[in-house]
Amino acid sequence: MTDDELIWRIAGGSGDGIASTSQNFAKALMRAGLHVFTHRHYPSRIRGGHTYTEVRVSADPVRSRGDGYNFLLALGDSFARNPQENAYYGNEEVKPLSENLDELDEGGVIVYDSGLLDTDDIPDFDERVEENGWHVYDIDLRTIARDHGREVMRNTAGVAVTCAIADIEPQVIKSLMEDSMPEKVFEPNMSVFDDAYDTVREEFDADAPDVSVPAGEHDEEQVLISGSDAIAYGALDEGCRFIAGYPMTPWTEVFTIMSQNLPEVGGISEQVEDEIAAAALAVGASHAGVKAMSGSSGGGFALMSEPLGLAEMTETPVVLVEAMRAGPSTGMPTKPEQADLEHVLYTSQGDSHRVVFAPSNAEEAYKQTRRAFQIAYEYQIPSIVLYDQKNGGELQNVPASVFDEEPNADLGSIITEAELEDAPHDPSGKYNRFQHEGEKGVSPRSIPGQAGGRYLATGNEHMPAGHISEDPDNRVNQVNRRMEKMEAIRADLDGDEGTNTHYGPEEAEYGILTFGSQQGTVEEAIDRLNDESHAVKMLGVSEMAPFPVEEVTAFVESVDQVLVVEMNASAQFRGLTQKELGRYGEKLSSLLKYNGNPFEPAEIVDGFVTSIVEDGTLPGHETKFVPAASD
Amino acid sequence: MSAFSAIGEHAEHDRNEYTPGVEPQPTWCPGCGDFGVLKALKGAAAELGLSPEEMLVCTGIGCSGKLNSYFDSYGFHTIHGRSLPIARAAKLANPGLTVIAAGGDGDGYGIGGNHFIHTARENHDMTYIVFNNEIFGLTKGQTSPTSPKGHKSKTQPHGSAKDPIRPLSMSLNAGASYIARTAAVNPNQAKDIIVEAVEHDGFSHIDFLTQCPTWNKDAKQYVPYIDVNDSEDYEFDNTDRNEASEMMFETENVLNEGTVLTGRYYVDEDRPSYQQEKRRIGEIPEEPLAERYFDEEYEWERVYDTFLDKHK
Ligand SMILES: Cc1ncc(C[n+]2csc(CCOP(=O)(O)OP(=O)(O)O)c2C)c(N)n1
Ligand code: SF4
Repeated sequence: MTDDELIWRIAGGSGDGIASTSQNFAKALMRAGLHVFTHRHYPSRIRGGHTYTEVRVSADPVRSRGDGYNFLLALGDSFARNPQENAYYGNEEVKPLSENLDELDEGGVIVYDSGLLDTDDIPDFDERVEENGWHVYDIDLRTIARDHGREVMRNTAGVAVTCAIADIEPQVIKSLMEDSMPEKVFEPNMSVFDDAYDTVREEFDADAPDVSVPAGEHDEEQVLISGSDAIAYGALDEGCRFIAGYPMTPWTEVFTIMSQNLPEVGGISEQVEDEIAAAALAVGASHAGVKAMSGSSGGGFALMSEPLGLAEMTETPVVLVEAMRAGPSTGMPTKPEQADLEHVLYTSQGDSHRVVFAPSNAEEAYKQTRRAFQIAYEYQIPSIVLYDQKNGGELQNVPASVFDEEPNADLGSIITEAELEDAPHDPSGKYNRFQHEGEKGVSPRSIPGQAGGRYLATGNEHMPAGHISEDPDNRVNQVNRRMEKMEAIRADLDGDEGTNTHYGPEEAEYGILTFGSQQGTVEEAIDRLNDESHAVKMLGVSEMAPFPVEEVTAFVESVDQVLVVEMNASAQFRGLTQKELGRYGEKLSSLLKYNGNPFEPAEIVDGFVTSIVEDGTLPGHETKFVPAASD
Repeated sequence: MSAFSAIGEHAEHDRNEYTPGVEPQPTWCPGCGDFGVLKALKGAAAELGLSPEEMLVCTGIGCSGKLNSYFDSYGFHTIHGRSLPIARAAKLANPGLTVIAAGGDGDGYGIGGNHFIHTARENHDMTYIVFNNEIFGLTKGQTSPTSPKGHKSKTQPHGSAKDPIRPLSMSLNAGASYIARTAAVNPNQAKDIIVEAVEHDGFSHIDFLTQCPTWNKDAKQYVPYIDVNDSEDYEFDNTDRNEASEMMFETENVLNEGTVLTGRYYVDEDRPSYQQEKRRIGEIPEEPLAERYFDEEYEWERVYDTFLDKHK
């Protein structure tokens, strides 16, 4: 963390409005010209328990959460209370305060709601405050909220206190609240805001701590957007008008956003009985001539393995989204991990293939989702967008112009009725929809209802017109053609710019290889390492399949050693890299983390220095180093 | 002009038009009941005047799943148990298509049972034909969900300890709005029922009794059957839910004792189909979605403005 940053953590009980409050706070500061990045932490329960969101605010672009933070707003957990007796259950109620002290920086600020939290319940509180030089503001936010409105408005009181201490112009927040609240609610919130703000200004020394929001300015209009938003908007802009799904965290976010938007643009959303049905519906809709998608998270995606294979065999385009969370099985539902990579690459029987994109941030999520549709429909193959709980949920500011793109309604490699008249047909009268000699492995498909185009789509091996066949020559031809697509797609993707991200000085001694949601954090670590005069660069890979062998080979060859950073215990991305490159095992070491929390930049810096430069062992148990293979 | 000009053609059609010109020849065993379904379906399609290319026949896996290899229309031979979700999505995407799903009793009442219940519950506008031969055919004669209690097979050597599924009652309770049972040994009734089922706006379930002479020698389908709608002994009102329910219950008991009753068991013309309901609440477009991708005049909505409003 640099000195001119605010990393604000708002903590409370799940269901207390932590997420929406932090979202508004982040958006207000974005509008004030700053760069923002949010990080969510929440338990797998609906109401109560300890949850927080961090909003990192800086005048410079921010790509990840920071290490630690410098401003804690601890609200009471209203669900830890028995509303009848106003009594607390166990010792849950102090968690918003007690659970957050470990990562608070020296000299940081603590604001807590003295109407609901009592520091006497936290052993050593005063000693720790003293030791760390924390500035503590005990303010009865609950009473302020009650006096001017309702108890739930203590979030607003907390935000007002933040403004008073961190020198944020109240109007920045107020105008956003005005936009987002009905007048009936807005008025009392304003009274709560003013009272809380004045209380700090009058009764406390607000200028004492060295925590303030920097000034900033954007060159162009920004939007505050999550990875899940970006995937949904990418799909909509690419002409996707059909989604089928079944809820599972964290995929539910994309499903929800799509369901809310599709009816508005004349599309269809279906919540169905299970994930097998969900993916099968997407295949059915696509077969009938609509751009369609489905998706899930680990366990639900496991059920989609069948329809995924069917889509490949019948050459039905479809886009599936896989939002990773910690596994195996139901694992840790609200915690991020990157351990479904192999699952997504290899699930489904036989020589089956699919295209896999793993975007690293909201901007990439938008672009790569669109690309996933284009490839799927052009090459008649399933495409998967692989992301995780982290990049799905974190909000960041992105220039609005990134999303200012024209919609694309092109269905890809289809055939019209006029073209069907001259197209090759089987003696049975059926259209030869699976011709052996398709260009780039693709043979155009007809859509049910088109005159002259009838054929049989089947998950069994089949002849050009779709008749089931075990003829060996035909089998080899069909397999070859389907496999040929992957090469053609590789060549196509090689023409794309900026899908995989290179970062850091071109001439570097060391390299870090990473994918997906860890990329932003690695970028930040790269900056720090270079500041500390280690010459390190990064390649963030987004194309998981087909794998960019040449690009990654060149990167690995250009450095002495490579550290592969990923959030899983079995080094799946390193394994993939080694398999695809077929060599360089001795150059690749791993830095792994799988405790349910994403990497922080400092962990990557430490991990790199300790294990690569100093050849030592890592200090903590949070991250794990796996050295390069030696023969 | 529509991109799907085969839809709504409704010319005169001969049943032979649905026979693929040369290959493939059916690989069903001699005497298999599946031939009866194929025949009835061809007759029904011709009677309905459906162009082969406005029909999409989705099947599962099993001997029955090969139906669309021998019926010449658009076809989707899917995976075991999954014909329904694929079929209903195709219908949602392009309501102009006549969508028929078909498969075995293992396929529809076993592995695909969950899809069956939900497709009936939602009352999707489509027809579902279940080839009920009370056995797994293609995997060589294992006990199926409709095999009677005590049925012996290689995987149930001591005889099945399970009561068979009651497909008609199950369908009624799940919400299907047209339910019939017919048999391969009576192709005329079977054809009439398919015609009605296709014309019905809602989920039409046909439990189609087919014989499997290869694996199920004692199947009851050989005994003479009675059309419940024609018989005075079984007089009931098939538009009355309670009467239909009682009738099904009775039938499904006697089926296991050796008498076979077929006919229309339940017809509900009032229940709106899923498509109608979705359209009513504004969750399905007026024009077929699939058409839009071929319509050069169509203005694709840009979501950018609403998006900006929400996120800036
Ligand atoms: C997921 C899956 N499980 C098992 C099979 C093997 N299998 C193929 S057909 C079949 C049974 C078919 O029985 P039924 O649905 O009654 O159809 P029939 O062959 O009698 O027409 C099975 C179990 C399969 N293809 N897929
Ligand atoms: S095994 Fe039975 S169901 Fe299958 S084709 Fe032969 S007779 Fe028909």
